[in-house]
Amino acid sequence: MDIFLQQILNGLVLGSIYALIALGYTMVYGIMGLINFAHGEVVMLGAMVTITIVNALVNAGVSLPGPVILAIGLFVAIPACMLVGFTIERIAYRPLRGAPRLAPLITAIGLSISLQQIAILIWGRNYIPFPPILNQDVVTFFGASITKLQIFIIVLCLLIMTGLLVMVEKTKLGRAMRATSQNPSVASLMGVNVNSIISATFVIGSGLGAVAGVMVATNYDQAHYYMGYLIGMKAFTAAVLGGIGNLGGAVLGGILLGIIESLGAGYIGDLTGGFLGSNYQDVFAFVVLILVLIFRPSGLLGEKLADRA
Amino acid sequence: MTTNTSTRGKMALFIGCAVLMAVAPFVIGSVLGNSWVRIVDFALLYIMLALGLNIVVGFAGLLDMGYIAFYAVGAYTYALLSSPQFGLHLPFYVTIPLGAICAACFGLLLGTPVLRLKGDYLAIVTLGFGEIIRIFMNNLNQPINITNGPQGVNLIDPIHLGDVTLGKTMQIGSLNLPVVYLHYYLFLILSVLVVILASRLQHSRIGRAWVALREDDIAAASMGINIRNIKLLAFALGALSGGVAGGLFASFQGFISPESFGLMESIMILAMVVLGGMGHIPGVVLGAVVLTVAPEILRDTIGPLQMNTFGRMIVDPENARQLLFGLALVVMMLVRPAGMWPSKRRALEFSDAKAKARAQKG
Repeated sequence: MDIFLQQILNGLVLGSIYALIALGYTMVYGIMGLINFAHGEVVMLGAMVTITIVNALVNAGVSLPGPVILAIGLFVAIPACMLVGFTIERIAYRPLRGAPRLAPLITAIGLSISLQQIAILIWGRNYIPFPPILNQDVVTFFGASITKLQIFIIVLCLLIMTGLLVMVEKTKLGRAMRATSQNPSVASLMGVNVNSIISATFVIGSGLGAVAGVMVATNYDQAHYYMGYLIGMKAFTAAVLGGIGNLGGAVLGGILLGIIESLGAGYIGDLTGGFLGSNYQDVFAFVVLILVLIFRPSGLLGEKLADRA
Repeated sequence: MTTNTSTRGKMALFIGCAVLMAVAPFVIGSVLGNSWVRIVDFALLYIMLALGLNIVVGFAGLLDMGYIAFYAVGAYTYALLSSPQFGLHLPFYVTIPLGAICAACFGLLLGTPVLRLKGDYLAIVTLGFGEIIRIFMNNLNQPINITNGPQGVNLIDPIHLGDVTLGKTMQIGSLNLPVVYLHYYLFLILSVLVVILASRLQHSRIGRAWVALREDDIAAASMGINIRNIKLLAFALGALSGGVAGGLFASFQGFISPESFGLMESIMILAMVVLGGMGHIPGVVLGAVVLTVAPEILRDTIGPLQMNTFGRMIVDPENARQLLFGLALVVMMLVRPAGMWPSKRRALEFSDAKAKARAQKG
């Protein structure tokens, strides 16, 4: 039973990170009807920039408490990623609005490759370790253990997601976003500046991506130029699972996917009599993705999107 | 009379091309060295792959980002059936068709569940499918060793028939034919065959059905086209070509590992189709040749260029090559979204879309 609880906890940590990234995908999809293939790279850059800043501060002998150093890193990484997200939209998506769907897809893939290569240029091909500045105390309950850091990750994710939902529902910007996602031309007739709303969507999504990237880096104690691809794919799966375009759905999908994945990795060995091991963990996300798209393409909370699916 | 001269002209062009193709390896080999003949061999393999993917993406308009999986299936079928891995050494006329059929079955396996999906969704699911195949090949070395995992399969037999083998330099009279030349001729014949098949398909009833499907599936269905069958046929035929190319790749390399079948390869082949000119066979062939040869030229020039200008390596050539590839994708799509050599129909579609976008803006 404690293994079960342990896997659920691990899944919850993983899932809340997925949810944060999935929000970026789902916001862009909701507004433009396009999948931002370069979003995973934004997550990677967030992690890389933060690690660089943190390392620089630690090496310079700054004697601040760990969380403060991390926060400084984050305050550099978030604007940097927002800028990258803004640029992605400007280069890859805006000039091709109205073009056949394949064109922005290819530009996004091209940008994604370019960003990875730029990351190699700056940080090299090796894994970059996250310096041990954070409290790794473990809390145990009912036989399962979780670090304080992981609890913090879950709480922070929930806070950010609540904040985002409130923003979209209550503020003027949020109302403009919802209007644009329903009908861009009518929204622009009502005085909404559609271009800046789309930019804002990319910027907010990228900011969330940066935070998620840092969480991944602290949770696994490392970052790598290629980390964005897999985590991006999984977060996208989470967004589809919850119903793409639906913010609450992205959160639900992320947490569900995290739990499915860690339960799957924990039990696949027993279920298949040792034939398949936990090295198949990465298959689960893809299998879930394919199953959802076949049986419920609109996702758990999504509306019917007859033409898009 | 005019038809007579034009057929004669065509005949002359055809013979000219054939002679040019026949002497090409000797010219390239003596001027640039045999390593370039090898690159041309790969270009021919990529032509087969790109034309296979073109059936799915270009003709039928189904965006497949996991196409490399079929290449992998073909390659692994050949490798497992004619290498010391299982001690089997079946002849190529069994393994290559078998690989192609296996790949086509995988094509149906992928095609059936995604029948209802379109556009980006289809892209993501096919991408996931490609990854699943790769993860399995990477991990199927335990508990029963089937694929030998990340180490890959080694010592794969070259294509041979009796005493004649493509794995050794062949001597005909005073003419020496190295391995890469022999494969050149084999690949050339097969890729010409694929070109002919693809163009016959394109102009057949099936090809027109694919165009109808690509343009508007609902209208196509109401015209009496069986959407399900025609989609599955596109997946299966595309995969078939990929499977053949995979088998040839395994026999040519003598070694395969899951690393050769990553996402980057899928993107590369998709880029050949898209940058060449989707749905246009000469364009796709051009795309395959350019995207195989250009990186090799870059590989040979980026390093020396830096040494000459800066006196040291500033950017790793491999890194610079990939970066340029990524940027080239972006720039090409912004400047020439229809590709280098688009078909007339496609070019019109893109200019239509542009005009529409402009009308919306203004």
